[in-house]
Amino acid sequence: MEPARIDADELRRTADAARITLTDEEVERFRAEFAGILEEFQRLESIPPTGEHQPEASPAALRPDDPVATDPDPLLDRAPRVHGRFVVAPDTLPGEEPGEAPVPAAPPRPETGPRPVSPGPFLDRTAGEIARAVRRGDVRARDVLEEALAALPAGLVLRALLAPDPAAIDAARRRAEEIDHLVRTGRDPGPLAGVPVAVKDNVCTALHPTTCASRVLAGFVAPEPATVVERLEAAGAVILARANMDEFAMGSTGEASAYGPPGNPHDPARVAGGSSGGSAAAVAAGLVPVAIGTETGGSIRQPAALCGVLGLRPPWGRVSRRGLVALASSLDQAGPLARSLGDVALVYRVIAGPDPRDATSLREPLPDLAAPPDRSIAGLRVGMPAGPLEHPDLEPEIRAAVKRAAEELAARGARVESVRFGHAHLAVPAYHLQVAAEAASNLARYDGIRYGNPLPGRTFREAVARTRGAGFGPEVKRRILLGTWALRAGWRRRWLDRARVVRARLAAEAEDVFRRVDLLLGPVTPTRAFPLGSKPGPLAVWLCDAFVLPANLADLPALVLPCPAPPGELPAAIQLVAPRRREDLLFRVGAELEAAGFRAPLPPARAA
Amino acid sequence: MREPPAVIGLEVHARLRTRSKLFCPCSVVDGAPPNTAICPVCLGYPGVLPVPNERAVRLGVRLALAAGARVAEVSRWDRKNYFYPDLPKGYQVTQYREPLARGGAIAGIPLERIHLEEDAGRLVHEGVGEGLVGIDFNRAGTPLAEIVTAPAFREPAAAEAWLRELRVLLRWIEVSDADPETGSLRCDVNVSLDPGGGEDGIRVEIKNLNSFRAVRRALEHEIARQRELLAAGRAVVRETRGWDEKAGRTVPLRGKEGEEDYRYLPEPDLPPLVIDRELLEGESAALPELPAARADRFSREFGVASDRAALLCRERPVADFFEETVRAGAAGPEAATWVLEEMPREEPGRLTPGALAELLGMVRAGDVARPAAREILEELRRVGGDPREVAARRGLARLADRDRLADLARDVLAARPELVAAWRRGKEGVIGPLVGDLLRASGGRADPRIAREVLRNLLGGPGGEGRA
Repeated sequence: MEPARIDADELRRTADAARITLTDEEVERFRAEFAGILEEFQRLESIPPTGEHQPEASPAALRPDDPVATDPDPLLDRAPRVHGRFVVAPDTLPGEEPGEAPVPAAPPRPETGPRPVSPGPFLDRTAGEIARAVRRGDVRARDVLEEALAALPAGLVLRALLAPDPAAIDAARRRAEEIDHLVRTGRDPGPLAGVPVAVKDNVCTALHPTTCASRVLAGFVAPEPATVVERLEAAGAVILARANMDEFAMGSTGEASAYGPPGNPHDPARVAGGSSGGSAAAVAAGLVPVAIGTETGGSIRQPAALCGVLGLRPPWGRVSRRGLVALASSLDQAGPLARSLGDVALVYRVIAGPDPRDATSLREPLPDLAAPPDRSIAGLRVGMPAGPLEHPDLEPEIRAAVKRAAEELAARGARVESVRFGHAHLAVPAYHLQVAAEAASNLARYDGIRYGNPLPGRTFREAVARTRGAGFGPEVKRRILLGTWALRAGWRRRWLDRARVVRARLAAEAEDVFRRVDLLLGPVTPTRAFPLGSKPGPLAVWLCDAFVLPANLADLPALVLPCPAPPGELPAAIQLVAPRRREDLLFRVGAELEAAGFRAPLPPARAA
Repeated sequence: MREPPAVIGLEVHARLRTRSKLFCPCSVVDGAPPNTAICPVCLGYPGVLPVPNERAVRLGVRLALAAGARVAEVSRWDRKNYFYPDLPKGYQVTQYREPLARGGAIAGIPLERIHLEEDAGRLVHEGVGEGLVGIDFNRAGTPLAEIVTAPAFREPAAAEAWLRELRVLLRWIEVSDADPETGSLRCDVNVSLDPGGGEDGIRVEIKNLNSFRAVRRALEHEIARQRELLAAGRAVVRETRGWDEKAGRTVPLRGKEGEEDYRYLPEPDLPPLVIDRELLEGESAALPELPAARADRFSREFGVASDRAALLCRERPVADFFEETVRAGAAGPEAATWVLEEMPREEPGRLTPGALAELLGMVRAGDVARPAAREILEELRRVGGDPREVAARRGLARLADRDRLADLARDVLAARPELVAAWRRGKEGVIGPLVGDLLRASGGRADPRIAREVLRNLLGGPGGEGRA
């Protein structure tokens, strides 16, 4: 087959189909970048296009035909332009000349307010400890919250957290007082009583804006909270603030955020990782004991590893996706980041479980996460994938971390052996094709008509293209363009079908490997946190995700644990990967490693 | 040279008769103020997820069973991606690769597929400002079944007639209101001219046909247009056209840009649709006897002429009423006549089949005359009750007393001396108006046959002296 290429005309046609205006500079930039990216995609042609990956057929999750009325007016209020009760858009035929196009306001940059306040006594504790103290009445939820609010400016300086509105702060205070009231009146506010939590800016809270760190959604407040947020609040948690992220969860460095990249608490000149960089940095900096991140391809695990905290990628469907703004629905999943395994489990138990409002939510119950009484892992078979350990760019510190974890497990009776995945080398192109295709479709809704920040245009077509051209950042445009291009009939067959085959084959290989071993152990990233702005281009960033993506493509649960390191050193981390829907194994073996010192280092402010 | 025959296929969108939308619990409304039946899901807000409506799935399965189509045990949802103001998410959720059902036939026309999909919003081009379009999302997300026929029609009139049959079926099995006026039945057509020799002609799609008549007229016009093009040695272009009702012609469709490639994508927010045995058997059991079969049975069992039986079986309430009337003891042909002719369609009011059967029995026994029976029927429809009681109370029982009738007849003859004279001159025709007068004088209670006898007795033979 002839090599794939996208010339400037093809790029313009694709941008037109995707309704994104491009400047001449952008056309030239993307054209140059796409040459290398298409070469990477072309590697998929080494496998046949047949044997599509298909989700497992399960009895349809259907809804009874019972109407429920929603108050329409708050929704109409979000429409930028209405006439009477009609939502208004430029017509599909040419109309009047558009006015001068204002560029939509950038989301406010985080305030650089007072200097970081050293966290006080409560924030040093785990979420479990805080909740226990609040439930006993030893500590007031309100006092915990005030301490977190006092520490918040440090999070804003780091760009880990995004400034909450005064109204949202008031609501959090009222919420904390409610929890205290429950305790005083002898009722139990739940297992997360009074725990301040940060949620990634792509998880709807209905209290704070939900912008996905994008201009396209600047100022957008969701009308309903995500199921995850409902469950956190029902368990007594207090949503403190949103966590910064790469725009629409596309990125591995945080640099794609319209708010500017979060810094790594261990060295603010280095990346916190992405796309849940703000969540990881906030937990690592001790601003919150736990945070919610989301992962499509390593977006919880990679920043957790770079910031030195724990992060869990649950099985797909275990945590409701309702209220998580979609990147690539078939891969998206929310999960907790924390400084202890107990806190990971605590939050996970709260947010996981079936949700009738997510048709893809797993209906089987959560496996028992508690370690069996003997806690023995004697005889456990641990596989170490050979590919990552042979990677030419693997840092010695990372290799040492994996080796140390293997030794600790072996010392407790586990048998460690090498395993190999034959299709892992195709994970990057398969993942990025699949994500680009789904993202192009998922992000089509941001047209500035029903909500958002529209630019004017003579026609619907022009207005939408200008709105999206001005509203999306370069990484989002890059992926929408690639996805729109790849979804066209010819390329769909040539590449997207192969990407699905890679997914199916990785899942089959995993099933095969897990007949021989119980668990996988390996590195998360080739290197520790690297300096902001140090990667030469998008493909170089994408390739750093090679170790995390197979678990996403094969839908395997995975847990990141920080490796013990001397104070002042950048964190290194390992990941455990379990068979499909066997996250209980992660907690059982993770507990052994935590006991062996694989735990989050003290937040840098306190370590100093 | 013979003109190339037309090849016509239909794509019908029938709104399913559900209370709530396909993927969210908003009400399905008709004629409500704009944007009153909306929620974050059908508005395509960030983070929302679809959950399929069980009843919509059941109705789709029921339709497939009624058409004898093969229901897929596993079908799948896809996204059809395009940008349009009425499409909130930038894609429509439909079933493209693996539809709910394939095959089957309705009214003798084979089907290619039946699948489920969501509807778009409604656009208003006037009154919202120059160069602007108003959008009402009430319709966005309402459930549709798309029914795609084989290209089996040759004549526009046949397509129109078939749509009427389809409408009867959809209403009969309570799958759809199937009313083109309110948009609950919409039709797109594909038409090409068969060049012969097993080749396929160039296909033109016509959209926005909102009446059965428009389907026929658009097809007639389009076939003529294509024939003219070919006759002039020009080519038909493969395109999508619209129907301009006022101008009476098809026109190239604006706006939707004939969007070349819909960039279909498997819908990752929805698991495959699995039709289990329980659902299939449930719908199979709930499927009523279909119109054609029922009409056959009405002919066979109740002795109703087949054309009348077919008329009875166009709306299920009418057929049910008829059958219950027969079951309550009425004779089939009489019940058919009364149900079809005497009852305003679909509006039995307070009339019950039992009461109608009783009334028909009274007519048959000669206890009430037909005009009186109509009056009784009217009261039964309005206020209900027992026909014998109504007849007695309103003095509508038949006037069977010949002496009393003869008294009335004498008054009638005395009032019409010119007719009596004409009769005596041998003009037999004047008996008609005289019978009419007598029936009126009896308040409709007299039997016309007996009234005629009584008059004849009084007048004597035509041309002769009577006893009057």
